[in-house]
Amino acid sequence: MSTIERDPENRVQVLDEDGNVVGDVPDLDEETLRSIYRDMKLSRHFDERAVSLQRQGRMGTYPPLSGQEGAQIGSAYALADDDWMVPSYREHGAAVVRGLPLKQTLLYWMGYEAGNDVPEDANILPVAVPIASQIPHAAGLAWSWKLQGHDDRAGICYFGDGATSEGDFHEGMNFAGVYDVPMVFFCNNNQWAISVPRERQTAAETLAQKAEAYGFEGVQVDGMDPLAVYKVTQEALEKARDPDTDELRPTMIEAVQYRFGAHTTADDPTVYRDDEEVEEWKAKDPIPRLEAYLRNEGILDDEEVSDIEASVEQQVDEAIDAAESEPRPEPEEMFEHVYAELPPELQAQRDAFLDSVDRHGKDAFLEE
Amino acid sequence: MSETQNLTIVQAVRDGLATEMALDDDVVALGQDIGANGGVFRATQGLQDEFGDQRVVDTPLAESGIIGSAVGLATGGMKPVPEIQFSGFMYPGFDQIVSHMARYRTRSRSRFSLPMVLRAPYGGGIRAPEHHSDSKEAFYAHEAGLKVVIPSTPHDTKGLLISAIRDPDPVVFLEPKLIYRAFRGEVPEEDYEVPIGEAATRREGEDVSVFTYGAMTRPTLEAAENLAEEAGIDAEVIDLRTVSPLDREAIVESFKKTGRAVVVHEAPKSGGLGGEITSLIQEEALIYQEAPVKRVTGFDVPVPLYAMEDYYLPNAARVEDGIREAVEF
Ligand SMILES: Cc1ncc(C[n+]2csc(CCOP(=O)(O)OP(=O)(O)O)c2C)c(N)n1
Repeated sequence: MSTIERDPENRVQVLDEDGNVVGDVPDLDEETLRSIYRDMKLSRHFDERAVSLQRQGRMGTYPPLSGQEGAQIGSAYALADDDWMVPSYREHGAAVVRGLPLKQTLLYWMGYEAGNDVPEDANILPVAVPIASQIPHAAGLAWSWKLQGHDDRAGICYFGDGATSEGDFHEGMNFAGVYDVPMVFFCNNNQWAISVPRERQTAAETLAQKAEAYGFEGVQVDGMDPLAVYKVTQEALEKARDPDTDELRPTMIEAVQYRFGAHTTADDPTVYRDDEEVEEWKAKDPIPRLEAYLRNEGILDDEEVSDIEASVEQQVDEAIDAAESEPRPEPEEMFEHVYAELPPELQAQRDAFLDSVDRHGKDAFLEE
Repeated sequence: MSETQNLTIVQAVRDGLATEMALDDDVVALGQDIGANGGVFRATQGLQDEFGDQRVVDTPLAESGIIGSAVGLATGGMKPVPEIQFSGFMYPGFDQIVSHMARYRTRSRSRFSLPMVLRAPYGGGIRAPEHHSDSKEAFYAHEAGLKVVIPSTPHDTKGLLISAIRDPDPVVFLEPKLIYRAFRGEVPEEDYEVPIGEAATRREGEDVSVFTYGAMTRPTLEAAENLAEEAGIDAEVIDLRTVSPLDREAIVESFKKTGRAVVVHEAPKSGGLGGEITSLIQEEALIYQEAPVKRVTGFDVPVPLYAMEDYYLPNAARVEDGIREAVEF
């Protein structure tokens, strides 16, 4: 039986909380395993710095990911180069794996439109802020590959547990099933949608079981176990490309995990969440878990760990410097990218506005 | 004399809701994170402790569900006050707003009316992420069957919210979040109504009428004071408070007095309320008109991410330019 054909309540796990092997280890070479570890450390460090930048007023509202590195990095590693990723707003770690420079993520949350410049070959759709709205896009994107004969391409679409309540989730999943498209729907069930716990989001036993209503498989995985996540995602992508005769291509993966920090930096989780719960989940932290496994296997030692830490710190420092050196956007940039060609009325609005900026000086417009 | 409290706008929302919930058991509040969390802006802080989780209800993350079930609650005799976390997230529930909330009375030959108030913080200026700064009141004002209210002071907020809850028809109540906590004002502790559909004159003037609402009331008043001082221009500032139905009389009367008008809103220019007010003036007071009506508004672009947001929002400098143009024509 494949890993994903199982009862949605039967959660896939490869490593236990202490990094001991309890399931089938996916076939990954040492180099890749080290690289997965490095990207998880990078995501964690990036996240900590980003939260601190926000606290210092150097960045706007930011959605932290700490705790979710196992799910993000593990799943992104399963993608092939030509595959696509359809993110929500929290997949900064997965995006790095796909080739999005950290600087871009920083710029976006610093309120710069330039943050949306994604390298051509990164194959990532833009960040989606309205919850669940990207799910139908993912279905359509994968449908376009079928229509165009890109038979070997597949994708992954990320969303949270809260997203499964929105109409867009149901409509997108339903289309994916009806048109049998090569898309993997990856739910980061981090237990909370801001202050509403998973149990108040749906009366269903699991989120994974929702897939059943759309005719395809749903599988639960320990989202804080990067190897289990990799394995499940990899099999789901394989099925998306090359299903058995009686199988549909899509899969919904419910990665059970926890976000250690606030929902966003604008949120205060102490109002609705117990410290005890946070501590319980911190014991399942995906980073020490993978590290223990890699050390046991002789794939990592003290020296390599500290090299990785130093290089990760340097990479994040450089990204922050680069983002903070970005010049403030000029007022006319506001009118760019709204239409392929600026309509005359908008041109007139721009010209009149630039006149006022000339007359009063930019400072008259800037609040700080 | 009645007791008053010195409240911010967001506190006045809370006070208005609490006051009416205490008086009327049929009023229920529902929405995302409004319970234990007290709403992301704390507009419902403590209400769940006060009224219980059957009357202050945390819902799943589903706007169509929130608005649509509020429609159903109202058909069943309740007075639901659904909150949408940010007006930019009303769109998943838009179908329920325009297809049902607005026209239940029509569709049921008045057998059902929907005494519901759809609340949402709206507008820009707080450095929020994409989609959090929309100002799309024109969508709702364009929809027959809805009333659209936008307060700009703590006193009005409480009184208008109570009027909205007591109104037999559905009201979209948009709260200018930029000024949620910008200042305080005296708010009576008791229940009182500020009538829907009545504008307020915030500054009397003879030379030009400036029509505005919501968060733009402040830069407009600032511009009016600056111009009075620097250029001897005496602007009348009218805060519409309700954008549908418009207080046509207040608009026309002020315009007849001054013969000149400027409309200020942060929503995009094309298809916005500015066009509606201009038309109204054309229809009702053409012969009094001394100059073209000037619109000072947001641009026809999506509200940019916050590094450019200050350029998007009308400020006192742009309002002053608009007023000068109307006066110097
Ligand atoms: C349509 C819509 N409604 C409301 C919001 C406000 N909001 C932002 S994130 C969030 C909770 C999301 O929870 P979940 O889907 O579990 O994802 P998580 O952020 O926990 O990863 C809410 C209510 C939004 N962004 N979009």
